[in-house]
Amino acid sequence: MAVYLDHSATTYLDEAVFSKMEPYFTRKFGNASTPYAYGREADRAVMEAREKTAAALCASASEIYFTSGGTESDNWAIKGAAEAAGKGHIITSSVEHHAVLDTCRYLEAKGFEVTYLPVDAKGMVSAQSVRDALRPDTILITVMFANNEVGTVMPVAEIGAIAREKGILFHTDAVQAVGHCSIDVGAMGIDMLSLSAHKFYGPKGVGALYIRNGVKIAKFMHGGAQEKDSRAGTTNTPGIVGLGAAIELAADTMDAENAHEAALAARLKEGLLKIPYTKLNGHETSRLPGNVNITFEGIEGEALMTYLDLEGIAVSTGSACTSGSIHPSHVLMAMGLSPEDARGAVRFTLGRENTEEQIDEVIQKTSDIAAKIREVSPLFAQRKGGIKRV
Amino acid sequence: MYNEKVLEHFKNPHNVGSIQDPDGYAEVGSVECGDTMQMYIKVKDDRISDIKYKTYGCCAAIASSSIASDMALGKTLEEAEAISKTDIVNELGGLPERKYHCSLMAEDALKAAIADYRSKNKTPRQ
Repeated sequence: MAVYLDHSATTYLDEAVFSKMEPYFTRKFGNASTPYAYGREADRAVMEAREKTAAALCASASEIYFTSGGTESDNWAIKGAAEAAGKGHIITSSVEHHAVLDTCRYLEAKGFEVTYLPVDAKGMVSAQSVRDALRPDTILITVMFANNEVGTVMPVAEIGAIAREKGILFHTDAVQAVGHCSIDVGAMGIDMLSLSAHKFYGPKGVGALYIRNGVKIAKFMHGGAQEKDSRAGTTNTPGIVGLGAAIELAADTMDAENAHEAALAARLKEGLLKIPYTKLNGHETSRLPGNVNITFEGIEGEALMTYLDLEGIAVSTGSACTSGSIHPSHVLMAMGLSPEDARGAVRFTLGRENTEEQIDEVIQKTSDIAAKIREVSPLFAQRKGGIKRV
Repeated sequence: MYNEKVLEHFKNPHNVGSIQDPDGYAEVGSVECGDTMQMYIKVKDDRISDIKYKTYGCCAAIASSSIASDMALGKTLEEAEAISKTDIVNELGGLPERKYHCSLMAEDALKAAIADYRSKNKTPRQ
């Protein structure tokens, strides 16, 4: 049985969402920027999607800018704020997605100064550390809503309150949070927020940046007047329609979906932690409901992932973007794990269609495979009564 | 990403284990990625008569260890010392390029275990 447990990497496109997108690929193909009926039809669909996206964030439609996805939204928010300020200091965290971290490093090379806040052993950034890092020349705070590897949900509202109090721009990468966390950009003091449709059963290649009315950041794409003359490029009507339909569905079903994922995650966590020499990474409570991140001591995470793949089970080691590199996850290292424990971490992220039966199968197979790999591991030896850590 | 032969050796690695009183032993690590390997050999009439190992690492590291142990078993020490990471990769039918370094550890462990045997038995390489 094939089991997909990597919903934080991407989700499938919901059939109902796809059917809403379909006409905009074919019959309703008009360019949303053109004034005649074909264009007006596309523009109306985009406007409707903008309203749905705004509603999901408690924002106004005029504050939603469609992009090609989370990475572009992060790049635009951070580089746009930096360029508008010209120089200054940026506060971020050490556990951000690379779309934020690499952008900050790029700006450091351009002369901006960046503080990378530490996290505690659960992957949490403290609001106090944000306050302590503030400088008179701080121009931007960018801290993620929820971490992609361990699922830790950050104290976004507290950080937002500090940013508001000091009059500093606050951006949050909410790519993993949308569809799982209630978001109210006004109440949470968020000035900019990145999201990506394919993380909540929408299409790939489309996302959005929320920019609070009145916030001025530099333009990112040049070459057209789309998105209020801020983000040039022919409007991706089918993608945007898909994003709008998916975010509306995600908001409507959030409570039920979270309960479903949380119940399965509890079952999975309990089963996996019964395997000897395992531990949970991340926060016990302030956590995305469908995230289970476990270290299997003495096992290289990629080996376990490869073996599970042979059994039809899709999981991830740390983060999908890290598996091409040979360094242990920057998130787990920032949490203080030993390199060995970080390398033994495997992430299971649940979704809508997972079942109890699947979870039980995954527990059984993971348990069997972990024992097999440990037979080869120099960190373990066969002892009376089973395998023991050396 | 991995071919069938690599996956077969990964799933069912050959010659896994340890030897109580090895004639040669070495523990090596990959600086690049933190993998480790323990290699045990028994030597009879200048040939590797038994070989066991334990490996901590990814699929490529485990498969490389397995096939290298097969390649070395029964070989003269000189022949076994000549086994290179390229030989190991070729014998596996290829590895993804970024995984080449994983096979170096098996080469190093084999060479180091033979060197350990030679130093104990004062039989320097000819």
